[in-house]
Amino acid sequence: MTTTQMYDVLGPHGEKKVRTSSRVFAAAIAAIAALVLYQLADHGQLSPHLWSALLDRDLMRSVLKGLLATIRCALVSIALSVVFGMVLTALRMSDNVILRSAVRVWVEIFRGLPLLLLIFFIFLGAPQFGVVVPTFWALTLGISLYNSAVMSEIFRAGIAALPRGQAEAAAAIGMRKTQILRIILLPQAIRIMLPALISQVVTIVKETSLGFVIGYTELLRSGRVAVEYLGGQYAIPVYVLIAAIYLLMNIALSKLARRIDASS
Amino acid sequence: MNALIHHFGALMEGFGVTLALIAVSTVLAFTGGTILACFRVSPIPLLQSIGAGYVDLFRNVPTAVVYFMTLFGFPQMGIRIGFFWAAVAALAIYYSAFFCEAVRSGINAIPAGQFEASRAIGLTFGRSLRFIVLPQAFRGMVPPLLNVFIALTKSTAIASAFGVAELLTRAEGVIGEESQAVLWVLGATSLLYLVITIPAGIIANTIEKRVAVLR
Repeated sequence: MTTTQMYDVLGPHGEKKVRTSSRVFAAAIAAIAALVLYQLADHGQLSPHLWSALLDRDLMRSVLKGLLATIRCALVSIALSVVFGMVLTALRMSDNVILRSAVRVWVEIFRGLPLLLLIFFIFLGAPQFGVVVPTFWALTLGISLYNSAVMSEIFRAGIAALPRGQAEAAAAIGMRKTQILRIILLPQAIRIMLPALISQVVTIVKETSLGFVIGYTELLRSGRVAVEYLGGQYAIPVYVLIAAIYLLMNIALSKLARRIDASS
Repeated sequence: MNALIHHFGALMEGFGVTLALIAVSTVLAFTGGTILACFRVSPIPLLQSIGAGYVDLFRNVPTAVVYFMTLFGFPQMGIRIGFFWAAVAALAIYYSAFFCEAVRSGINAIPAGQFEASRAIGLTFGRSLRFIVLPQAFRGMVPPLLNVFIALTKSTAIASAFGVAELLTRAEGVIGEESQAVLWVLGATSLLYLVITIPAGIIANTIEKRVAVLR
């Protein structure tokens, strides 16, 4: 953290002040926590049989299945959005004005629409043309199209961070535009882009949770099904479990991003 | 097209609810985010870790999970606030973390000399934040704040999965009645979302460029 500039190194008086206010805030937080726990206990939400339901083998199995479905959707979405993003980046660098402005419109529209709406476009719109899209592909394609715009932004920023001489030298030895992009620019830019890419991967993992709306049984929907089966009073334990799984998965990814960031 | 004209009122009602969702939760989330950002830059280690923990928690969990918590978890704790307010609570809780990061990035961009000078004239930490740093930081914050605002706007659509009568819910309702008009209805719905998000994006870009020139 670069916040040391905001205050001097504390003297004895300052340290005393910090200690006192720490105590005051600690007390306030303890009070809030106590209130929450009281509220939970008062409504029987802390009773062990609610939470031990999480150890039930059937529940674990269906959550695990959901987790696998989430991972499958995330992996395919990541791969597709990287491909779409690359295509957009290549089109963006073209000399054709129409192509370039078409890409800009594409990016603006896909950055401005709710992901759920895109998924509905595919899920409800495609049958109009006689194509029935399975839930997995409606979700995955929606996420991929949605993220193609973000991915192309990341690629563009990564390429812009490279010295100009790279592209110029490649042009000087007679490479075509696509070759320059593929052979010279992208491999170098990937190292710069990796942290941003990984944080986008975290976003994609989170976005797969919208599968519950159209009935693709990923992690979140498996939790919802479990709550419907067990009864509403299990909502808090089950959704805490689901949140914890997302949290662990994404924090691991963020840690990875930070490590890569530090090493480059 | 006829279906669209026929159900125009329903869509507009939904749009109104969406706007209300956006307005209320943006105000709440921005306030929460600013408080969290002040926590994160404060000299008190306890507050720093609370701010950091909150941000790490919510940035790594899907919005929909928070919706489930406020809609189905809260009632189990005896908190019954209705679907609209549960959706507002979910958005406010979730986007506080993102607004916090936007505000913090703005604060961190202020030159150290500003803090030092405000200390030199005897302002306390809270006062130097309030009178010196935050007003200046605001200009640099506007683009990231608008980006968070756009993300929040788009996340209101998730409320449709829980029966909040906002824009997308209404659109689904119309589609249910007039199944041949799917594309028209979804297209019109898209336009209504874009009316909010595209201008916000353009403003963000313009200000970003201007701030970049000023630095």
